[in-house]
Amino acid sequence: MPGKLKAKIVAGRHLPVMDRASDLTDAFVEVKFGNTTFKTDVFPKSLNPQWNSEWFKFEVDDEDLQDEPLQITVLDHDTYSANDAIGKVYIDIDPLLCTEAASVISGWFPIYDTIHGIRGEINVLVKVELFNDLNRFRQSSCGVKFFCTTSIPRGYRAAMVHGFLEELVVNEDPEYQWIDRIRTPRASNEARQRLISLMSGELQRKIGLKVLEMGGNAVVGYLQCFDLEGESGLVVRAIGTACTLEKLTSGSLASAHTHPNTAPASNACNSPSKDGKEPVFGEDLPSSSGPPTPFRALPTSSSSPPPFSPCKPCSRQSSSSDTDLSLTPKTGMGSGGSAGKEAGPLKTLLRQQTQTALEQREFPFFTLTSFPPGFLVHVGGVVSARSVKLLDRIHNPDEPETRDAWWEEIRQEIKSHAKALGCHAVVGYSENTSICEEVCILSASGTAAILNHRYMREGCLDIGSTDQRFEDPSPPSCGFCHIPYDELNMPFPAQLTYCYNCRRQKVPDVLFTTIDLPAEAAVTGKGCLIQARLCRLKKKAQGEVNATVISNLLPFMEYELHTQLMNKLKLRSMNALFGLHIQISVGENMLLGLASATGVYLTALPAPGGIQIAGKTTGDMSNEQHILTIQKRINDTIARNKELYQINPPKLFALDPEVFCGTNMELTEEGVGSPIPEPRHRSRLFRSHSESSDEVSELDLSHGKKDAFVLEIDDTDAVEDIHSLLTDASPPAGFHSCNTETMPGIYNWTTAVQMFTSVRVLRLSNANLSNQSLNKIFTDLCENLLKSFYFKLRSMVPCCLCHLNFNVAVPEEELIQVSVTAVAMTFDKDQTQERPAERFITKGGSETDEQLQFSLELCADSSSTNSQPSSRISGTVSLFTPAAKLCQSQLVVVHSTGVPENTIVSSRAASVDYGSFADRCSTWLELLRLKAHTIRRGSVKTSRRTQSLAHSVSSLEHCSPLTEGRSRSVRSSRSFGGSPVTMVKMTPLSFLPGTRNIKYLGIINMFFIRETTSLREEGGVSGFLHSFIAEVFAMVRAHVAALGGNAVVSYSMKDCVLMENPNKNQAQCLINVSGDAVIYVRETDQEPTASMTNMGQSLCAADGAT
Amino acid sequence: MAVELDVFVGNTTIMDEEVYQLWLDGYTVNDAVKARMDAGVLEECEADADVLLSDTMDQYRTFQMCERLLQSPAKLANQLLFQITPHRQVMLIERYYAFDDTFVREVLGKKLSKGTKKDLDDISAKTGVTLKSCRRQFDNFKRVFKVVEELKGPLVENIRQHFLLSDKLARDYAAIVFFANNRFETGKKKLQYLTFQDFALCAGQLINNWTVGAVDNMVEDMDVDLDKEFLQELKELKILIADKDLLDQHKSLVCTALRGKTKAFAEMEANFKNLSRGLVNIATKLTNTKDVRDFFIDLVEKFIEPCRSDRWTAADIKLYLTHYTNSAHILDPFKHQAVWDRYMGVIKSCIFIMYHD
Repeated sequence: MPGKLKAKIVAGRHLPVMDRASDLTDAFVEVKFGNTTFKTDVFPKSLNPQWNSEWFKFEVDDEDLQDEPLQITVLDHDTYSANDAIGKVYIDIDPLLCTEAASVISGWFPIYDTIHGIRGEINVLVKVELFNDLNRFRQSSCGVKFFCTTSIPRGYRAAMVHGFLEELVVNEDPEYQWIDRIRTPRASNEARQRLISLMSGELQRKIGLKVLEMGGNAVVGYLQCFDLEGESGLVVRAIGTACTLEKLTSGSLASAHTHPNTAPASNACNSPSKDGKEPVFGEDLPSSSGPPTPFRALPTSSSSPPPFSPCKPCSRQSSSSDTDLSLTPKTGMGSGGSAGKEAGPLKTLLRQQTQTALEQREFPFFTLTSFPPGFLVHVGGVVSARSVKLLDRIHNPDEPETRDAWWEEIRQEIKSHAKALGCHAVVGYSENTSICEEVCILSASGTAAILNHRYMREGCLDIGSTDQRFEDPSPPSCGFCHIPYDELNMPFPAQLTYCYNCRRQKVPDVLFTTIDLPAEAAVTGKGCLIQARLCRLKKKAQGEVNATVISNLLPFMEYELHTQLMNKLKLRSMNALFGLHIQISVGENMLLGLASATGVYLTALPAPGGIQIAGKTTGDMSNEQHILTIQKRINDTIARNKELYQINPPKLFALDPEVFCGTNMELTEEGVGSPIPEPRHRSRLFRSHSESSDEVSELDLSHGKKDAFVLEIDDTDAVEDIHSLLTDASPPAGFHSCNTETMPGIYNWTTAVQMFTSVRVLRLSNANLSNQSLNKIFTDLCENLLKSFYFKLRSMVPCCLCHLNFNVAVPEEELIQVSVTAVAMTFDKDQTQERPAERFITKGGSETDEQLQFSLELCADSSSTNSQPSSRISGTVSLFTPAAKLCQSQLVVVHSTGVPENTIVSSRAASVDYGSFADRCSTWLELLRLKAHTIRRGSVKTSRRTQSLAHSVSSLEHCSPLTEGRSRSVRSSRSFGGSPVTMVKMTPLSFLPGTRNIKYLGIINMFFIRETTSLREEGGVSGFLHSFIAEVFAMVRAHVAALGGNAVVSYSMKDCVLMENPNKNQAQCLINVSGDAVIYVRETDQEPTASMTNMGQSLCAADGAT
Repeated sequence: MAVELDVFVGNTTIMDEEVYQLWLDGYTVNDAVKARMDAGVLEECEADADVLLSDTMDQYRTFQMCERLLQSPAKLANQLLFQITPHRQVMLIERYYAFDDTFVREVLGKKLSKGTKKDLDDISAKTGVTLKSCRRQFDNFKRVFKVVEELKGPLVENIRQHFLLSDKLARDYAAIVFFANNRFETGKKKLQYLTFQDFALCAGQLINNWTVGAVDNMVEDMDVDLDKEFLQELKELKILIADKDLLDQHKSLVCTALRGKTKAFAEMEANFKNLSRGLVNIATKLTNTKDVRDFFIDLVEKFIEPCRSDRWTAADIKLYLTHYTNSAHILDPFKHQAVWDRYMGVIKSCIFIMYHD
């Protein structure tokens, strides 16, 4: 009996008129938790009732506390007939169960009705008193912290990363129960919302239990999804990474915070002093100049490089996208096993080589996408697996074995792919589904990697010998690019060269990953969003036939997507993809494929070759001419892109590709040939036209050796493909775009952010479309969306669209739906040049430092000699599509000097952030005003928060009109009739630029249904969805504000399922969103000079490091 | 290939001021797109007509959703649906309640009822303001009227508080409400030369001096209705023209003071009795609602027009009225000094405002 939940209903406002006669409402409230219900008195004849109820107390199990939401229903009292419901509020009380998170939920919540939307607001207070329960067999997991963020949350350090968590629960979908035929749509929607809320509560509790079992205290990278399987049921599933997190002690914070007050004010302007003993700013600095706080004093051996030992294990390999059709869904056993195809005996060899503790885990998967330095040792490449299943009714909700087995199968496949790559772990792992009627495509993907065992419990135990081979004195800026595998024993032909950065290790020619760009990676120029889009028609079919058709199509789609990606990457003169996400959506008569990634030029990798066009029929003059023009256009585009993305690799000496064609593998430094100042390599890509062949995955690998990097034009399709390559417009001046957390090459963000969601649905009017014209339509749809964003956000220039997350669906036969969520962030134009040191402030921040320190600490404890903290991730192209395999550049370029990129640019480090100075001044005025205000109110705690929040206000007044902020401004005092609304920022990123997350308040995970039977009156589907999305945002913001927060980070809209029937004037939409509620403060808060002085300090530190 | 659905929703509601103005001005989406293209939006960034159309539709939808809130601006500040920064809120409200002088001139003093709304078509055709915009402006007037009608306290302050308007706009609305309530005639041909701002200034004078609120500030309708007692008292002023001696005495006092100070002295002397009769008659008739309505037309006919035909300058008017007012104090048998001052203060100001050289 370990919990007492207390709720108080304070007041309502803006209620709808429920009584037409009086134009008023007699409202009362029902508060329900579990099976207990309380009611307030009726507050007669008012649209702004003041109930001021007593505390309603619920005495409940903590298990229920985790599963159940608090349900608040506002009703209109009617003496003669049934009371009319105005709307509901579901409050997830999970954040209150965690001591470190929120302590009270208090604020205005929108009253939501699934038919009418938001109808007024209600002010509620909720508290929980938890009693300690030492029962070891308990079913609850109170206190386990959940984070959507896919990195170690700021302000925490990972004492231990335990590993993969997965769980799923299934139930019947209320929408498809017999009772649905007789109940109202409202009742049905509410039953569904409540069920899903219950299921996700249960899921979270079960995941929490697993974490406790593993000995952890938190889930990071928590990803929860709903599968609406229609008739066959409802699946809620989640994956995550179990960690033991430690909150950074106030001691370390305090020591950092006290400093700037003592720093002379003169520090604030001009160049940073070179004074080495300058302390560090909070946790936001990479510790390179030594341990700045006592807390960091433990590391002992960071300076002694461990003995060099070449990596033994390994393989650059990749995965296949396998599709296997399960013909016996009930048992869940697939028939396919196509995974083994490409690996063969090699795999077993590799398996023997990588005997580590990790291997003993069932699934060494990690949902994280960015890591503390030293965590990743090698990156093997992208692994992915897909499987087509036929859905069948879930007969027993308590035994979700079938679905479990399906995922188990996929994960096994991923695991074996990773092994084939010589890697023992998968990072940046994610799972998703696409369902159409009774066919379901399950997909999983991740990046095969070798991790540093020190972070794993097992690793800690046997840290001695097994760990050594990963130690290597490579600089962190390029270490992760180095190939981990034995070049003499490569799984497939690949072009290797010596690392352009350190020249000690071999690197591959191209690198694809699903993770974020490591903060310490050396990048030349800027990155950009690269998308491959593909439509494939398929015949309408039923059941197994349909599933077979789909699984036969999948490999071709994947092949095509990779070819596109590779070509587009080369067109932009880049050599690596991060954040790769491939989505394949199934509809009744087509399949849609969308691959998004952020392309960058990794300094350590060779320059990509160009693209050469070859015609089949020589001699035909007009054709020749045509090819020449295309070739010229391609070359021009590449040249233009190089300029646009500022890709000017540091001095390179290139070798004539033709000369070294055969012997390139053995190249060493001594082999440096005559310098060619601006290398313009011809690489060739062979574009295979073997789509008609059944055996794509068995394409002759030797093709690669004969004919790589030639685009052959032999039919009209190929011409179209090349044209479509060239149609991708680059963003207009002042804009950048990426789908990763931040953009390489931009480090000086301002605080202005604008998160947005955009949905577009296209109706294909012509039923007889070809694949080609469909492709064009789909590509245009995506391109036009991007164009729209650039136009809408033009006032934010210079600006970068970050974390562009595209989601495609085929909701009906002739509809294509694309939904996008992203954040636009502005940056200071004058300082866009690379300032490597700063990136730690803006991005890596808290993690890098503290987590780095952790690993050292641990090493000291385990008396290990290998404690080189630098991360050594090495990796290669990993896509196992033929495209990836065939792409080999036939040239070798050797870095002449080995000067790391960092030192070249660090001379720019002295500049100080003047941009925000004016901004700051206005902030002080505002602050003074608010201080006076808050002091009167008393409480130290609140006043501090208010102050800090006030800063964001002034910044917003100063910045572009689009900026978000908090409304506690002078002007808003003009309003009356209620407190001003808290401004809540939202971002899909794990941080807000220029701020620190000082507290994580808990996870936000909400599911809403909206339905209308008056579609026309609501402005058609667009009007309907527009207001629904706005309502969802409003409800998320209200919940965050009620928890005391002022931002949502790692926000994502995971589902947006829209069903419409304009003829019946009806539409229904389901939206699922999640994120982490946080309190942030501007970096400038509390210590006015901090940001300026510290920028200098950190730069000094960084200088010392390079 | 029809776009079935196209929405863009920002966490902070994105609103383009230009598009907002076009929406307020009653442009259709297509007209707005054209107007934006003509304004050169496309040139300043690389976009095409489709992008512009999509953006305009989005914004129009947003405005339509916001309209409900704009109609009770206090809600805008504490609603949760749209996250709008405070300074944007101020802009939205101010622009929503802004009106065209040409439009308001047409409805000023008319009853804000449904019957009048039917005339909006005609007004729209006459003024060139789109019907949609006319509707919004008219509905704004009506809404403000309805809200302040039932409130105690000063009119301008009530409007400012309830609709969160700037001081200037609140004053204008106060004038509109005041005119509508008292149904002042403003549409006659002779009054056409007067702008809305002229009337608004006059209304300010009347509100501040002649209403109940001018003496007692906690009465209902205090600023909207004229002070009945005061209007009754005005009847007493009749003596100024009824008593022949008093009229002569008044005239000689004024003439003595004016002599040599103005070129128009001769005309002033000649017209004194006429003008004085005109002004005093206006005062004594104000107890009749009908005559209240004709207040401005009477001022023009009885005073401004004669003066104008005699080519008085504004300075002449000022001089004359000052002495006319002050001289009455010296008149021995005239006992209604307070009422006289209260009356003439406003009349003087109104005539200054209404007398265009």
